[in-house]
Amino acid sequence: MKTKILAVPYIIWMIIFTIIPLGLVIFFAFTTQSGKFTFSNIVAMNDYLDVLFRSIEFSVIATVICLLLGLPVAYLISRLARGKQGTMLMIVIIPMWINFLLRTYAWMTLLEENGIINRFFGLFHLGPFNLINNSGAVILGMIYNYIPFMILPLYSVMTKIDENVIEAAQDLGCSGFHIMTKIILPLSKQGISTGIITVFVPSVSTFIISRMLGGGTNDLIGDIIESQFLGNSYNPHLGSAMSLVLMVIVLLIMSLFNQFGSEEAVI
Amino acid sequence: MENIIISLKDAIVDFDGEQILKKINLDIVDKQFVTLLGPSGCGKTTTLRIIGGFQQMKSGSLFFNNKDITKLPPHKRQVNTVFQKYALFPHLNIYDNIAFGLKLKKLKDKEIKTRVQETLELVNLIGFEKRSIHSLSGGQQQRVAIARALVNRPKVLLLDEPLGALDLKLRKEMQIELKNIQQELEITFVYVTHDQEEALTMSDTVVVMNDGIIQQIGTPVDIYNEPKNAFVADFIGDSNIIDGIMRKDFLVDFAGNSFTCVDSGFENDELVDVVIRPEDIKIVPQIQGAITGIVESVIFKGVHYEMIVEASGYKWKVQSTLHEDVGSIVGMNIEPMDIHIMHKMGN
Ligand SMILES: Nc1ncnc2c1ncn2[C@@H]1O[C@H](COP(=O)(O)OP(=O)(O)OP(=O)(O)O)[C@@H](O)[C@H]1O
Ligand SMILES: [Mg+2]
Repeated sequence: MKTKILAVPYIIWMIIFTIIPLGLVIFFAFTTQSGKFTFSNIVAMNDYLDVLFRSIEFSVIATVICLLLGLPVAYLISRLARGKQGTMLMIVIIPMWINFLLRTYAWMTLLEENGIINRFFGLFHLGPFNLINNSGAVILGMIYNYIPFMILPLYSVMTKIDENVIEAAQDLGCSGFHIMTKIILPLSKQGISTGIITVFVPSVSTFIISRMLGGGTNDLIGDIIESQFLGNSYNPHLGSAMSLVLMVIVLLIMSLFNQFGSEEAVI
Repeated sequence: MENIIISLKDAIVDFDGEQILKKINLDIVDKQFVTLLGPSGCGKTTTLRIIGGFQQMKSGSLFFNNKDITKLPPHKRQVNTVFQKYALFPHLNIYDNIAFGLKLKKLKDKEIKTRVQETLELVNLIGFEKRSIHSLSGGQQQRVAIARALVNRPKVLLLDEPLGALDLKLRKEMQIELKNIQQELEITFVYVTHDQEEALTMSDTVVVMNDGIIQQIGTPVDIYNEPKNAFVADFIGDSNIIDGIMRKDFLVDFAGNSFTCVDSGFENDELVDVVIRPEDIKIVPQIQGAITGIVESVIFKGVHYEMIVEASGYKWKVQSTLHEDVGSIVGMNIEPMDIHIMHKMGN
């Protein structure tokens, strides 16, 4: 009885902030402006397939790069002396305290045609290079914003790997590379899958960053959805349909990924 | 001529400015069972880690078959280790833990299988192949750790208290097993323990350490019968250590009496430690004894009785198959060859 009562606030919270909004999204997605049932909103997604695929492509690339960068960084931090680990983690976390808009503006001033980086190259009579308003800049923005979500879960599993176990592997003939592939990676599996999910999900629904760094030609599905609710092409029915489709795609990818992950664990 | 397989020269190790190993020199003879023996914290594990390649020295060098391997990384050394804390791979089952080293050497699957099977048999773990290491008891994990190192048939096997987690009966069995394995495979064992009985029964050579210094190196019999100083005497077996004065060669004063002894080469009137084993003291009627004392306690120890006798300010430990009543006054005699004279430590 008691446990049921304790669960009530949580259930109310869930109903207000998850179930009802989800219901509204589904309702809007399948109705016209006059409230009639329709598939036309879903069908209209056809026009935005290229944007959707671009979003998935960019976020996959960003997730992979975050993983490749995050693995060695998290490993190195986890092998530092205890005191230094805290400092290094702060360095990873502190940028997250700054609003992401500010961080993205900062990147703009770095990458612009007469931004800091190009001016630096200018000193050597190089450039200016085309660093902004392209897909690379958008992916860079995603990586910069979301890489802490990769490093933190990786760090938290890696710091639990016993130094003795690494020494035992060396003792039995492991070089540095084999220690990575035979010990660190298998023992970090949980952190890797958490990191991939926590980077991929926000990446695939990224907005604003893509507009600021992509120069209008690299808008992502998040930007399109936003403009259905707040922009000039106001159409919450289409926006809801897009959100729903994106949600389903993310869930599908995640469940495929989990399937793969758990199979791996059995082997 | 015996072949020295490992030679440690002037090894110094510092932790946080404190010297943990103080210029250690150690030669290990090929195919021998060598034991590092000493109290907790004396630097046994540290010495072993130098040989394994996990501990850098502040100064000093390490030779393997006369080749300097001071800077060689662990994975290139022909040495395997049984770690004090087991350090098994948590993501692998028993079979894969043991096969780990062989797979890295790219042996054929069939050969790996037979060798793992043989080794499992040695450590009494047949049928455990598929089990996860989390499902094993401490003693079973320890045996997996032994198997994982042994299966590689290294030139030298380093074992850091490999039987510490086993109960007495299993420990005795494994001691015999390990000794047999060592002799059969002709592997050099460097074995760390703080159990003196284990060291004496298993080893060809015992290295007694204390406080980062090697106190004595010798055969078990030498170490027991001819301890070099009071620390070794006290650590190996029971001892009575009494202050004495070496009057001249073959004559020593202690407990208010003069005794003939077999030691010489001390300065006249040098203050010395006199070491006497409890089993070397003969209880005799009071008038016949060189020393007289009162029996304070008697404990039955199975084969013999152990008595504490209070005499001339010391509590003497005496072992005898007969016993006297508590409170009775007895005499004690000691043969000259059972009186061991040692320089005072720190001089
Ligand atoms: N990484 C380290 N940092 C600081 N001090 C250390 C470190 N490793 C060992 N020591 C210290 O060095 C000394 C020797 O340690 P070592 O582990 O060699 O002892 P041991 O003889 O193996 O003891 P035991 O029988 O308890 O295992 C101890 O005083 C220990 O506290
Ligand atoms: Mg130790």
